[in-house]
Amino acid sequence: MTFDIAAILAVDGIASGAIYALVAIGTVLLFSVTRVMFVPFGDLAAFTALTLAALDDGKTPGTVNLVIALAILAFSMEAVALVRAGGAKGLPRAALFYLVIPIAVALAVRLLAPATPPLPARLMMALALIVPVAPLLDRIVFRPVADAPVLVLLIIAVALHFALVGLGLLFFGPEGVRTQPLTSWSTEVFGAIVSGQTVCIVVAAIALSALLYVGFEFTLTGKALRATSSNRTGARLMGVRPARAGTIAYVLSSILAGVSGLLIAPVNTIFYDSGFLIGLKAFVGAIIGGLHSYPGAAIGAVIVGLLESFASFASSSLKDVIVFSILVPILVWRSLVSVHIEEEDEE
Amino acid sequence: MHRLAAVAVSALLVSAPAQAEIKLGFVTALSGPAAALGIPYANGMKAAQKYKSKIGSETVTVIQLDDGSDPAATTRNARKLIEEEKVDILIGTATAPGTIAMTTVANELGVPMIAVSPIKIETADPAKQWTIAVPQPPMLMAKVVADRMKRDKVHNVGYIGFSDAWGDLVYAGGKAAEERGDIKLTTNERYARTDTSVTAQILRILATKPDGVLIGGSSTQAALPLLALADRGFKGHNYGLASLINPDFVRVGGKAAEGVQVSAGPVIVSEQLPDGHFSKKLSADFRAAYKEVNGSESRDGFSAYSFDAYLIFAGAAERALGKAKPGTPEFRKALRDEMLNTKELAGVHAVYNFKPGQGYGVDDRSLVIVKLRDGKWTYAP
Repeated sequence: MTFDIAAILAVDGIASGAIYALVAIGTVLLFSVTRVMFVPFGDLAAFTALTLAALDDGKTPGTVNLVIALAILAFSMEAVALVRAGGAKGLPRAALFYLVIPIAVALAVRLLAPATPPLPARLMMALALIVPVAPLLDRIVFRPVADAPVLVLLIIAVALHFALVGLGLLFFGPEGVRTQPLTSWSTEVFGAIVSGQTVCIVVAAIALSALLYVGFEFTLTGKALRATSSNRTGARLMGVRPARAGTIAYVLSSILAGVSGLLIAPVNTIFYDSGFLIGLKAFVGAIIGGLHSYPGAAIGAVIVGLLESFASFASSSLKDVIVFSILVPILVWRSLVSVHIEEEDEE
Repeated sequence: MHRLAAVAVSALLVSAPAQAEIKLGFVTALSGPAAALGIPYANGMKAAQKYKSKIGSETVTVIQLDDGSDPAATTRNARKLIEEEKVDILIGTATAPGTIAMTTVANELGVPMIAVSPIKIETADPAKQWTIAVPQPPMLMAKVVADRMKRDKVHNVGYIGFSDAWGDLVYAGGKAAEERGDIKLTTNERYARTDTSVTAQILRILATKPDGVLIGGSSTQAALPLLALADRGFKGHNYGLASLINPDFVRVGGKAAEGVQVSAGPVIVSEQLPDGHFSKKLSADFRAAYKEVNGSESRDGFSAYSFDAYLIFAGAAERALGKAKPGTPEFRKALRDEMLNTKELAGVHAVYNFKPGQGYGVDDRSLVIVKLRDGKWTYAP
């Protein structure tokens, strides 16, 4: 392996690592606030890419119908729960958040799609369409069992992933898509060509991580989220509503998933089922970070990206084996160095 | 279950009640994951019936069943067709596992069968062989491509393919060509359909300084290595097999896919074939019949496999009618014997020659090289 090849591989690895980093940060965020290991995270990224591709062609993306169906389902569940709890006066507010806003977004995209607006508008539309999906899924699937043990939540998340893959096939069809690059600019660093797309990916990953860091350290909402993640009951006693914290976490991580989907769409052909592998590799990255540290998750994800890139050069057929095998030593190392905290007793 | 008895037999039955009909049992996948192939197969069968609805003075009745892409349902359907409908011949189906399941039933109950999916046919005992297959085997596809590489003076060939059975088949085809001394494979790189990047694999291929690259992928994601090669400024020739022929491959591959050469059945480019080519006139007739019954243009190779299967059956049935009466075990046996005695029968994909002990009846004539030019597959003789 010459220096040139190593440089090219490193650039390629960092580009995919940055995408894994966005997904890994979102995974850690969701896991720490809601205790849900959100397996369908990568699917959301893939759906964003597919949505963008449909918008590029001036077609109505399948996500429109998905959002409308989820909004109706989520609102009905919320309404029933509110009425049974005797809180009927909360209905208009619930209707606004669970029904009016998502459906308004979906209908707006549906009206605008045939006109093929300029690229920045299409990016925003794709993002706006994917952001409501995770909070709505949270209301439908996870809220009724919010206090269940982590393992139950994980298994539900796996089931949800399979349901979403099926819906993806229904809404987007079996063929893959690839969108136009955001920019055709490129430069040379150490003999390796770095495309504008790669720069965009890395910049977006750094900017979003920085934004999250600032948000969590210096804002009240961020502190409330951190409080919920470190101690649910304690935060509740201090006046933080875990359900609301959960919704905010879902919205934030949907944005992360959406951005990674937008960034990956021009780099690789995305299929309705491509998301799982992205999510799985991001998960390995998150594990390296111990599933609680954002910088740790980001660094872990970049390590996975680099490892993958060099592993495919060394032996392409064993690439995934190499990437996933590093989980074993990492788990051993983590269980040796970290203090094991008994999970709180769950009735 | 979906059932279509698709031929007008009533008039004939009234006028000539003494005559029997020939019953053809057709199983395909109209639903489930393989429906994308199963529906073209069904459309091709409809076109074939339109093209030739009578054999001798007998009418052909096609009984079509949907197996939902499930091999268990294929088995049930095949049994039902034989035991309840008393069909004289079976044709099917869209999935390879389903087709293998169907041959088991055909062999057990002694009914001739024509497979329209590429499967390996066990021919240990030619006396027990009831099945033949229509499609070109992958090894032959690879051989025809290797012949083209030799003609293009492409000797060192980099290989990149799917990390699955298809990738292995194409690699085996390339290796066979290497043993014949036609080409030399310099790499055996693999990628998965869901991979985000093949840069590393392409770097390895380029490090071997190949004259050309052989792609062992299929449909849309076969474009990924071509895009990465174009990114690295690769100027050599690119080759693939018929699995690349797909509108989404052309859409995703764009400029990077330009100039790629693949081996495919001549029906794909039938309009561009020279006059006098066996497939030209027949393909035009096939397309006309297809358009008349299905209302759309045929642009895939799958419907053409059904059409060829029907032609092989029709040819064999014509000869078998002289020996026995349809609907009897004697007729089925005669049909099998005549099917395995097919000689120089022109279809839209190939000129078929079958003999006992051989599951496949195609030769080099069944594949032509087509080249992608300006987003269109063009005949490159």
